[in-house]
Amino acid sequence: MVKKGEWVRIKKILLPVGQRAPQDPEDTKATPLVMWTKGFLQAEAEIGDVVEVITAVGRTEKGELTQVNPYYTHSYGKFVPELVEIDRRYREFLFGGEK
Amino acid sequence: MALAKDYASVMGRKSEVMKAALGMDYDEFESGSIAFDYEKMMRSTGFTLEEIERVQSLTGVGNTPLFELRNLTALARKCAKPGFGATICAKDECANPSGSFKARRAACAVAFAKKNGYKGVIAATSGNYGAAVASQAAMQGLKCIIVQEAFDSREVGQPEIIEKARACEALGAEVVQITVGPELFYEAISLLEDTKYFNASLYSPFGIAGIETLGYEIAVQCRERFGKDPDMVVCTNAGGGMATGTARGLRKAGANDTKVVGASIDLSGLHMASDSQFNKKSCTTGHTGFGVPFATWPDRSDVPRSAARPLRYLDRYVTVTQGEVMCVTELMATLEGLERGPAGNTALASAFCLAQELPEDQILVISETEYTGAGKHVQPQLDFARENGIEVRFGNPDEEVPGVNVILPNSAKDFKIKELDLDHMKDSLIKKALTTYTLDPTDADVVFLAEETALTVDEVKAKIEKIKKAL
Repeated sequence: MVKKGEWVRIKKILLPVGQRAPQDPEDTKATPLVMWTKGFLQAEAEIGDVVEVITAVGRTEKGELTQVNPYYTHSYGKFVPELVEIDRRYREFLFGGEK
Repeated sequence: MALAKDYASVMGRKSEVMKAALGMDYDEFESGSIAFDYEKMMRSTGFTLEEIERVQSLTGVGNTPLFELRNLTALARKCAKPGFGATICAKDECANPSGSFKARRAACAVAFAKKNGYKGVIAATSGNYGAAVASQAAMQGLKCIIVQEAFDSREVGQPEIIEKARACEALGAEVVQITVGPELFYEAISLLEDTKYFNASLYSPFGIAGIETLGYEIAVQCRERFGKDPDMVVCTNAGGGMATGTARGLRKAGANDTKVVGASIDLSGLHMASDSQFNKKSCTTGHTGFGVPFATWPDRSDVPRSAARPLRYLDRYVTVTQGEVMCVTELMATLEGLERGPAGNTALASAFCLAQELPEDQILVISETEYTGAGKHVQPQLDFARENGIEVRFGNPDEEVPGVNVILPNSAKDFKIKELDLDHMKDSLIKKALTTYTLDPTDADVVFLAEETALTVDEVKAKIEKIKKAL
């Protein structure tokens, strides 16, 4: 159960398959146009329920409740060994190797 | 009564929504044919260059440092023939409040919105412009919604775009994220209609006039440091705003001999609106997927007439690869001590090659850097590429196939630019104008097309004849 007033993320289908823009390529046309936003939950609900939220600008938006206390997980990524190799190779070319 | 929100209904109301959301009537600039009064539109902001400087300085925008990139210059000289290798400088636009030159564009748009009584602003962007509008809206006390094309249908998004969403939210904006498709503008129009907010479009006169200070500063800073105008300025090119605004600012400073070069990452072969190809690219802006269509037909944007018209100003237009841009970004950190985001470095990768064509006593400036952070950085972007099945390896940049691999240049000597055919792009623009408006252009139309393409009236007339014969 998610309490009223919690900060949540919702999802809504704006344009279902069959109603997408005519200029979309075929693979995109085969998927719905989906929208996500965040806001304060307006009434107690369960994940998956259609709910109302008030967003950061004070707009009311309706959609499927997908997340409570949503947070970011993007990072500096996994180690990419080529980057230290660039450092070594290009420094050596510019400054010369160890004497 | 609720308005119908299907695609055709919303797009059908576009022009009335825009009139209200832009605070100006674009009909005033129209001739009824191909031509429209571009300079009158640019003056419609009501801001002179001095006033824009004042508006920007009120919020700490502009007057960014010009860095001389000594080690990259030395590296270019090592690859060039003797006596060649211009001094490479970078305008450190990362020093703006929102971390990119986009703060310049947002400052004027938000100031206009506030002056005209709008309660909030909306911008459709997955790029640095979002954080810029959000930052300016916070500073000037307006509400802000950023609409982002963020995910494919699996809800997977580029780390670079996710970071920009985080930044916008941190700055108090609501971020509306949607799946891939040209319906980004549909959703933005729909929100403008519902909220009555101002359309802080990247392509409005405010969005371009704000960049003129950048070109102006580059000229002034080069005169102070080197005692002369820059010989060449390289602008990363996507929607065309950077090249247009910078070139106009250079001209306003009297730097009429400075060559302006556009630079984009070559993403030919990838469809920008394709759900399955959305995450096959390893950069989200500054690429040919925006750069070429917006240059050859600027009026495809979210305003009736775009203020970004790069073919008026570009002397050359070159492309580089994703691998070259990632590599040069790493070099900016490891050789210059400047850790910056990859997006602005499309110009830098190009500049590294262009500098080698110029004598040592010439000055070449790249017009921007951008902030870096989680997601918006070489490592997460290359890691994301690997996770999405893209091969990342050293090699010759010629081997790069967009959507298949990212090739990091084996050595500094392997960097190369490809020249895009500007003349061919000018043909496309003229052809599109003729087929959109009229096959029998007026004299005013011909003069307009000459301005649009930086050609003479006679050259345009010859092109028109040729195009009409081929139709």
